[in-house]
Parts: sequence; structure tokens; C-alpha cells
Amino acid sequence: MSLSTSDSATWVGATSAGARGANRGSRSGAPLLEVTDLSVTFTPREAPAVAAVDGVSFTVDEGEVVGLVGESGCGKSVTSLAIMGLLPRRGVQVGGRAVFAGQDLLTLGDAALRDIRGREIAMIFQDPLSSLNPVVPIGVQVAEVLVRHRKLDRAQARRESAELLERVGIPDPQRRLREYPHQLSGGMRQRALIAMAVACQPRLLIADEPTTALDVTIQAQTLDLLKDLVRSSGTALIMITHDLGVVAGMCDTVNVLYAGRVVETAERVPLFANPYHPYTVGLLGSIPRLDRARGDRLTPIPGSVRDQLPWPEGCAFAPRCDRRTDACIGRPPQLTRVVVPPRTHRCVNPVVPAPATLEEVS
Amino acid sequence: MTTATHDSHPNESRPSDGAPLLTVRDLSVYFPITRGLLFDRVVGHVKAVDGVDLTIARGSTYGLVGESGCGKSTLGRAILQLVPPTSGSVRFDGVELTTLGAQPLRAMRRRMQMIFQDPMSSLDPRQNIESILTEGLSAHGIGASRAERRDIIARTLDAVGLPQWALSRYPHEFSGGQRQRIGIARALVLGPELIVADEPVSALDVSIQAQVLNLLDELQATLGLTYLVIAHDLAAVRHIADVVGVMYLGTLVEEAASDDLYAQPLHPYTRALMSAVPVPDPEVEDRRERILLAGDLPSPANPPAGCRFHTRCPWVQPTRCRDERPQLVEHRPGHRVACHFVEDIASGRLQPRQREVELVRPVADTADVAVGPDVLV
Amino acid sequence: MSVLSPGRKVEKLDRLAELAAASADGRGVSLWREAARRLRRNPSAIAGAVILGIFVLIAAIGPFFVPYGPTETIGVANGEVRPAAGIIPGPSAEHWLGYDHLGRDEFSRMVVGARQTLLVGVVATLIGMTVGCLIGGIAGAAHGLGGRWGRRVDTVLMRIVDMMLALPSLLLAISIAALLGPSLATVMIAVGAIAVPIFARLLRGSMIAQANAEYVLAATALGVRKRRIALGHILPNSLAPVLVQMTLTLATAIIEAAALSFLGLGNPDPSTPEWGKMLSDAQRYLEISPGLAIYPAIAIIITAFGFTLLGEAMREALDPKLRA
Repeated sequence: MSLSTSDSATWVGATSAGARGANRGSRSGAPLLEVTDLSVTFTPREAPAVAAVDGVSFTVDEGEVVGLVGESGCGKSVTSLAIMGLLPRRGVQVGGRAVFAGQDLLTLGDAALRDIRGREIAMIFQDPLSSLNPVVPIGVQVAEVLVRHRKLDRAQARRESAELLERVGIPDPQRRLREYPHQLSGGMRQRALIAMAVACQPRLLIADEPTTALDVTIQAQTLDLLKDLVRSSGTALIMITHDLGVVAGMCDTVNVLYAGRVVETAERVPLFANPYHPYTVGLLGSIPRLDRARGDRLTPIPGSVRDQLPWPEGCAFAPRCDRRTDACIGRPPQLTRVVVPPRTHRCVNPVVPAPATLEEVS
Repeated sequence: MTTATHDSHPNESRPSDGAPLLTVRDLSVYFPITRGLLFDRVVGHVKAVDGVDLTIARGSTYGLVGESGCGKSTLGRAILQLVPPTSGSVRFDGVELTTLGAQPLRAMRRRMQMIFQDPMSSLDPRQNIESILTEGLSAHGIGASRAERRDIIARTLDAVGLPQWALSRYPHEFSGGQRQRIGIARALVLGPELIVADEPVSALDVSIQAQVLNLLDELQATLGLTYLVIAHDLAAVRHIADVVGVMYLGTLVEEAASDDLYAQPLHPYTRALMSAVPVPDPEVEDRRERILLAGDLPSPANPPAGCRFHTRCPWVQPTRCRDERPQLVEHRPGHRVACHFVEDIASGRLQPRQREVELVRPVADTADVAVGPDVLV
Repeated sequence: MSVLSPGRKVEKLDRLAELAAASADGRGVSLWREAARRLRRNPSAIAGAVILGIFVLIAAIGPFFVPYGPTETIGVANGEVRPAAGIIPGPSAEHWLGYDHLGRDEFSRMVVGARQTLLVGVVATLIGMTVGCLIGGIAGAAHGLGGRWGRRVDTVLMRIVDMMLALPSLLLAISIAALLGPSLATVMIAVGAIAVPIFARLLRGSMIAQANAEYVLAATALGVRKRRIALGHILPNSLAPVLVQMTLTLATAIIEAAALSFLGLGNPDPSTPEWGKMLSDAQRYLEISPGLAIYPAIAIIITAFGFTLLGEAMREALDPKLRA
């Protein structure tokens, strides 16, 4: 489906579910981004060190949409900032590897990172108002990206900026170029940010809670836009969110994070149909759903994220887990890999379905 | 906890026969937009709430949903007279609140309480929990002795699931979910009949939301509370509400029993809203029919003429929609809709189609425009 | 819908989760305590407190230990000091800072002068703070809680404050001196008057900001009386900037008082030493004995510096953004 102004208008019809598989055929053997054992420790003055990310590993293939899901404090945002090299240098220790197209991003210097950012990897943040410079017109901000990375001259950059704004569904783009961020609504600002992100056709797009601050109907528009852009250009997308509904609609592979580690990874259909890790099960069971009957009780996860054991002392989720066993405390649980279907989980007492269901999924 | 929070609980002496506890008629809240250097001229009004009728039966839960700018929060506050209504009537248990004097209104507040969205900013950071809970009791002279007050507080803490040692602590020492419980306890300690919950769970983590929703559920069952729950999360509201009202740009566009609304939404906006809510189930997400609305919410300072939704409605018709404002009319038993073409849309005779995107400026775009709500104390 | 004994079920789940969590005993940590803790660890605060501590000590008990009386004109009596001939001896073994122009022991005068100077600074600041906070507090509370009439009261009060600000401080001080005659009280009142508008606007602004906070709305919804909201909620949360300003005003008050004494508006009685007056008197003898000007000047600067350090550290400690 081509993208033009009319596409941002109302349309009714099933989302192109079947087209989802089309992009994945372009995958080659090596993953586009491979994160191995990423760890980020904050060492503030006069306070104990905090391990925000504690051994996160995941991969992103070309054109794949990968979800990083978790609640506040699980480390998902910090992971993306670490990959992009956007964390401050002082008071932060980053370990592990993040290999993007053959290069370990964590070892690159500032200049090399600046080249990659915007051109090969782009990022969209949660709050569009604070991500845009309030005293610079939108057109200039978009053009800036083009001038920097694609070396266009200003006139060309202006023309392309207008085209980009149109592509993301902002009406009357010529006029918008001269306007300031506060003159646009939240949804439009986010579209402008998306335009800036895709301006140089990056190979990887990282979206950190891009729709959390938006209304539901605007969120639907924005996610739709993202999906189309990503599919049509073959860009890979890392979707960071706490909303499992968004993940169900967008991601191919899902990584569930808790307390700075990945506790479960699976493709989306198996994950939702048969979650293995008790945290995932708890999360799914505690969300009120539009399609379930009203009488169904919600089963919340007891306690709060604060009630966690440090990973070296056992499973961080143990204090809140109703499947806790003696083996859970004392040693941290390792990742268990299941080959068919391809998924991993970090639990010694997972919710594993009967073998019959396993066969169905694979 | 099977007993009420304290002895003279008002609900025990009243019949819970579903008679209306709260009746709102034609309520409007307009905020003046002023402009000027020395003398403020009123140049327009932000019509945050524009003529809302609703009724809440005693012991039930009314869910008010809508997106930002629809006026639901303002409506909740106007009902409690925390924001002065510009016109209309609010009758609480037969008493007209809009004309009540300052002192009787203050006394009435004991019976109608509010829970706020952000537990951090709605608790005074310099007060410890005991002080927070005692304040309400002192303000209304509840509890003859200190021992009695302490007893009430202890039982309230129990009811919301907070430990007794919380009393000497300060709000910043608690997690988000616990702070929200403190907010609930503060409202409960007075023994109210009506609780207006303004986005009670949206500031909380997903796994904590369920805890608080369950708590609200249980409290209603044991204490016979009546709730007005304001939220933007359709799924959460569906879960706890008996009746749901959908608001758009200051008006109610649809109202029905919870199951009826979700089974068969009749208003175009409701249908779009429901189709936009993500569902954590890949198969449902792949299969579902999406109705995407074009562009942004119009500015409440300048709402469209006629039906407010006509600028984005996929089913808009050349007749009536642009100049005639639809009334909230009962089209099915207990199911009210404000639309001119309900039956045609429901039967499928009218089909949705594409709309052009209209760009909308945010309200506070122009310089030196002040929009200030008056807080009625 | 749900079953009975919800409280117990909920309680049990929470208790279970509290296993790895915080302690169940001990008192809560209020924000004031946290701020105090941060303050104690801040090196600026410690430095400032030390400086001030030393000066307060000197001011309090110094006068009991000085070798000579501050008014004994020894030097003139024994002929060592002859200002007319240009001889004012500097530091020596018996007189650590030398003589002043009237033959008095400079060191003793400096020590005794500390008491007067600090007194002026403190009283002036107190005057400014009390009057300013009264005006600003009423204005802020009226604006935040009083509705239409409250805002009018606020406007009137703030116009008065604006008028005070519009007057040049020097003019204000001289006018007060003209009214009351030169004396220590005059200096205190004048310096205090200069500080009034600052505190008024500060507290008013802070209170209006707090009046719009959601916890104020929550207290209103609870049915709490306006007076209690203003005094019990808004005021305590508005005090932080005032406290910081207080320490900074102490610093400038001392300097301003010194300036006014320098101009001759202060205590004309030469017997009680005060650093500002000493600085003023010393100007005629700069060539002969510059130390007479330098010693009080340095003392004033260091004291002001101590207050400033403490003030900045307090601002950091009370910063709400650093809350847990």
C-alpha cells in the first residue's frame, strides 16, 4: 500500500495481517543487531550502585519487529540508550556487546556513533514535545537530519522534508515546515519525529514507548503508520513498551524483561498462547481485556517491583511468584532454551503446557 | 474485613434499591479565555463540559470514558463542586449541590469523596500517613475521642491492605500502588457514599493496576459504595463499571450498560474508540476491524457546529450532521446514543468512508491567552 | 462479584511480598530530615557552617577574652598613636592588629565588633523576613484560596510591594534615617525594609504555585477548612525558598548595613565598635594605616561568604527534584 495523504484518513478494513510474513523473507543468516550480555550499572555519588540492566541478550534480524516488554524499572529504556550510546559517560558503566552489522557499538567512539545515529539507527522517544527543539521550526529540524547524513543542500533538504512530512500523514506539509512544535498536536508531533527518524532510511529503528503519551485513537493511527513504514522499507524495529496489547499487534518476537534481565523470549503467537515464565503469565492475567467477559476476575501479581531479590541471590521475581520453589532462592536461574518452537525462558519452575499443545504451536 | 469502617456508616441505614444517588442535569462548565495586558478581556470560552445528563444509581459503578480533552475529569470535579459549574444542576441524594452555601457544602463533602490520578502529587509530601488520615476526621469532627479516631484509621488501613506501620511514614517512602491505596484510605476514612475516582490506575504499573482495581471492587461490595470512575482505559472501565458513558468534546455521545456497550457500540465514536484499543492477543489483533479516525481532536475552545463528531465521523451525512446537534436518546432499553443515524449505521445501510485530515491547533497556541479554572473552595 | 473478607486476602498478599522489602519498624523519614541529611554531607554546607560557627563564637564569648577594652584610648594616652603626624602603629606583640586612629586596640575592637555586626545582620533580616512573609503570605493565600476577592487583595498588596521595589534602596535608607535619625536601629530597619519586597514576592509566588497543587485540591475535596489548608498545607510547602533566601539575605544584610554605616547613617556613638562603622572611619587613614580598612572588610566578606555557602547548600538540599 503506498503512502499518501489519503492513507492518513479514515479507512475501514482488516489490517494487513497476511503481509506480516512478507518482510521476514528478506532475512539473511546473520542478525542485524546482536546484543549479548548487556549490562548497565549506575554508580551515583553517596548511594549504592544500581544495576539497571543486568545481562540482557537479544537479536534483531533484518526487517524484524522485536518487542522489549516490561514495567517501569525493568531496564528496557536504559537498554536502548546503551545501544545508541546515549548514556552519560560519568557514573555509568556499560558492559557486554551490541554488534550492529559487524561493529560493536559499545566500543565505538563519539564520532563514529554520531555517524551511525540517524543514518543507520534512529530512535523515537516517548514525549514528542521534549524531543523536539521548541525554538526551531519543524522543517529545519527535519532538514537538519537530511543535511547531516545525506549531505543534501538546503533547497533539496526542504523539498524532501515536505515529502517526508506528507509521507507520515501530516496535512499541508509546506505550511507545517515553518511551524514550531507547540503549534502541532501530540499526534502530529510524534509523526514529525517519525519523519525525522526515517528520513535517512535507517536499517534499524528503536521506538521507546512512542505512543504511551498519546490518546488511544491517535495511538492506533501512529502504530499503523509505524507498521506501514517499517514494512514498506524493510527497516527493523525495536518496540519498547509496557503495553502487551501493542506488542500483540506489532511484534514478531517478544522479549519480556524483569529487573534488568530478559526472563522470556518467544515469537508473539506462542508467547501469548502459552507463556512459560510466571511473570509473563501473571502479567497477562492481570490485564483487563476488552474482549473478555466482565465477570472474569483479574489476578494481579502481588507486591510491587520494589520487592525483588538481587539476581545473584536467586530469581528476582521470587518474592512475588506463586510458583516459587526452594531452587529459586540461592542461585540465579539460567536461561533455558527450547528449540522447537524457538523460545527461551529464565525459570526453574515454568508454566509449561502439556506436550500436546507444544506440538500444535510448533 | 466484613464490618464497615466505622459505626455510623450512612449506607447501612439507607435502602440500596438502586435509587439514584446522583443526578446530573444539563451540566456545563465553560472556562473563559482572557486576553490582554492590563485588563483581561474575555475573548471566548473553552467549553470543557457542554450539557451533560447522567444518573448514577446507589451502589452501582458508572464508568466515564473518553480521550484527553473530552472533559471527563472536569465533569468529575464539577460534580463535586471543586470546579464551579457554569450552569446545570447536580443533585446528590436529593440535595442540590450547585446552590449550596460554603459551609453546608463543606459538610456535604463527607459523603462524596475523590480519588486522584497521581498519588504522588495528590498527597502532601510533608504529612505522614497518620496525619493524612486524621485530617479528614478532624475536619468533620468524626470520632469522639482520640482512641476512636485511631480505631477508625486502623480499620481503614486494614481495608485497603496497608500495614499499620505505614502510619508514621511519609508518602515518598511508598511505591506507586501503595500511595494510591493511601489515597483510597483517605477517601474512605470519612465513610462516604459516593467516590469519584479520576483515573485511579493510569499512573500505576500494569501489574499493580489489577491490585487496585480489585481493591476498589471489594470495597464496593463490603461498604456499599457508589463509584464514578473516570478513565481513558476502556478495558479497565469495562471490568468494573455497570454503566458506561462515552464522552467526546464535552458531551456524552453514548451511554449503556457495560455489557451492552461493549457488545454493540452504536455511536461511531465509540466504535472507533473500541477498535483502537490494543488487545493482548495476536490473533484478535490480526483479525480485528480497525476504524481509524483522521487527524486530531478539535479544540474545545472552538467545537464543531452541529454534531461535534461530524468533522471526523466516518459515517457523516450531508443532512443534519453539520447543523443539528443530536440529543442523547434511548435507542435500545437502557442504551442512549447521540447520533442522527443510529439505526442506519447499525443495520449497515450507511457505510463508513474516508475523511480528509483537518489539522487542529492546540488550545494555548496564541500568546498571552490565559485559560484559568477557578477552584471553588 | 466478590467474596467477603477482602481486607484479609489483600493484606496477606501484600505481606508476602514484603518479605524482601523494607523494615517494619522505625519512624518515617520526613522530607525535612532527608534535607538535613543531605545538608550534613554537603562540603559547602560544612564549610559555611564552620565559618559561621567561628564568627558566632567570637561574637558570643570573644568580648570576655579580649586583652583590652574596645574604648580604651591607650595609644593616645601613652603617646604611641599620633594620627596628626601620620603615625598609627600596625601589628605588634601587644597589639595584634595594631592601634586604630583613636589609639584603641584594633584587635579588641574587631572581636567586639563581631557581636554588633552579626546582630545588625540578624535583626535586619528578621525584620525583612517577618514583614515580607506576612505580606507575601497573605497575598499568596488570598490569591490561591480566596476566589475573586482574594485575587483583588493580592493585586493590591503586590502593587504596594512593587512601589517599595521601585524606590532605590539607598533612597529608602536615607529617608528612614532622616525620619529616625542616625542610629543602629535605623540601619536595621532600613536594611530590613529593603529585604521586605524580596521575601514578599518570594513567598507569594511559592504559595500560589503550591495552591495549584493537587494535594490542595485533595484537601479541599476532603472538606478541610481553608485556613487549615493555607497554614497546614500550603505554607509548609512554600517555605523552602524562603529559608534559602534568608541565609542569602543575612549575607547581604551585613554588607548593606556596613554600607549604611559607612555613609554615616548608623550609630554615631563611636564607642561601640561595628565593622561597617570601623570601615567608614578608616577611610581617612587609608594611606597611613590601610589595615584599619582591610581588617573589617575581610571580616565582612568572609562572614557573608559563610552565609552564602550555607544558603546555596540549603537550596540544593531542599530541592524537591532530589526527593526519593
